[in-house]
Amino acid sequence: MRLSYPTNVKVVRVPCTGRVDIPLILRAFESGVDGVYLAGCLEGECHFLKGNLRARRRVEYVKTLLDEVGLGKERIEMFNMSASQGQRFAEVAREMTERIRALGPSPVKTRREGGGEN
Amino acid sequence: MIVGNRKDFPEIIEMIGKNRRILLLGCNECVTVCGVGGQKEVETLASELRIFWKKEGEEREIREHTLERQCDYEYIDQIRGFVDDYDIILSMACGAGVQYVAEVYKHKPVFPAVNTTFLGVTLEQGVWAERCQGCGTCIIHLTAGICPIARCAKSLMNGPCGGSSGGKCEVDKETDCAWQLIVDRLKEWGQLERYETIIPIKDWRTSRDGGPRKRIREDLRL
Repeated sequence: MRLSYPTNVKVVRVPCTGRVDIPLILRAFESGVDGVYLAGCLEGECHFLKGNLRARRRVEYVKTLLDEVGLGKERIEMFNMSASQGQRFAEVAREMTERIRALGPSPVKTRREGGGEN
Repeated sequence: MIVGNRKDFPEIIEMIGKNRRILLLGCNECVTVCGVGGQKEVETLASELRIFWKKEGEEREIREHTLERQCDYEYIDQIRGFVDDYDIILSMACGAGVQYVAEVYKHKPVFPAVNTTFLGVTLEQGVWAERCQGCGTCIIHLTAGICPIARCAKSLMNGPCGGSSGGKCEVDKETDCAWQLIVDRLKEWGQLERYETIIPIKDWRTSRDGGPRKRIREDLRL
């Protein structure tokens, strides 16, 4: 398809979004990333039956944690797409990048790197 | 098991105050099972705290450590080697664990990160409910295996009261009326006549009314 998506998106491959637990997401934010999104399989099509549904609930929980610590719940999101939806993958990458760019860099990163952008 | 809720983040931040070196102590027992103070919750809270302080531009040190139990001396003793490297201990155990850690390391401030709520059971993954109040004199052989002390809002010995409606308690429409459950079960057993026996006034001295309790089994002592 030769689709392009923003280069700032770093893909972390996991066997299933059900593998992604809360500390793992928080570690990403701790290291200074501006946002995280999970790209899971379509609902009802999880090879492990409920992995993507569990991931969605964890994302909802992490939203409350991000609000607590003052990063804001908008910095994390859950998306569903099938392996054949390359178009959708690129679209989500652009959508999320735009959203995060509008929010500005993570305050964790800003502090650490002395206010520089990206 | 003992069930609890994690304290709100702002309360934890306020408790920690200006202390810079924090030992965050989890417990592998009840609070792990009810998802409030085990290794994973320690990781999560430590991560939250680090994010918060990085955001505030503050340098603080957090050590994550989870003990097998915080209600037994031999496990608490395991942190002796490094406990003095930290200003405070933030414990994610139940109230018993937090206090025992504070008792063993009397010179060290120990703060609770968890509100201990009840003795209960796992109804399903992620759902826990109260079943026992530790009153010291179990009477559930008289009440069809359902405890009216822990499960009736008024702890009535001879219920139900007038607040029982449609099998639910007036305190909360989601809560079953314990006495309705008792009557229903006795009926199922065909032993409804047992409901007519008046249960006498309870001796609360075996409960908290008799002050803090202690149990000693001489044959087990070393």
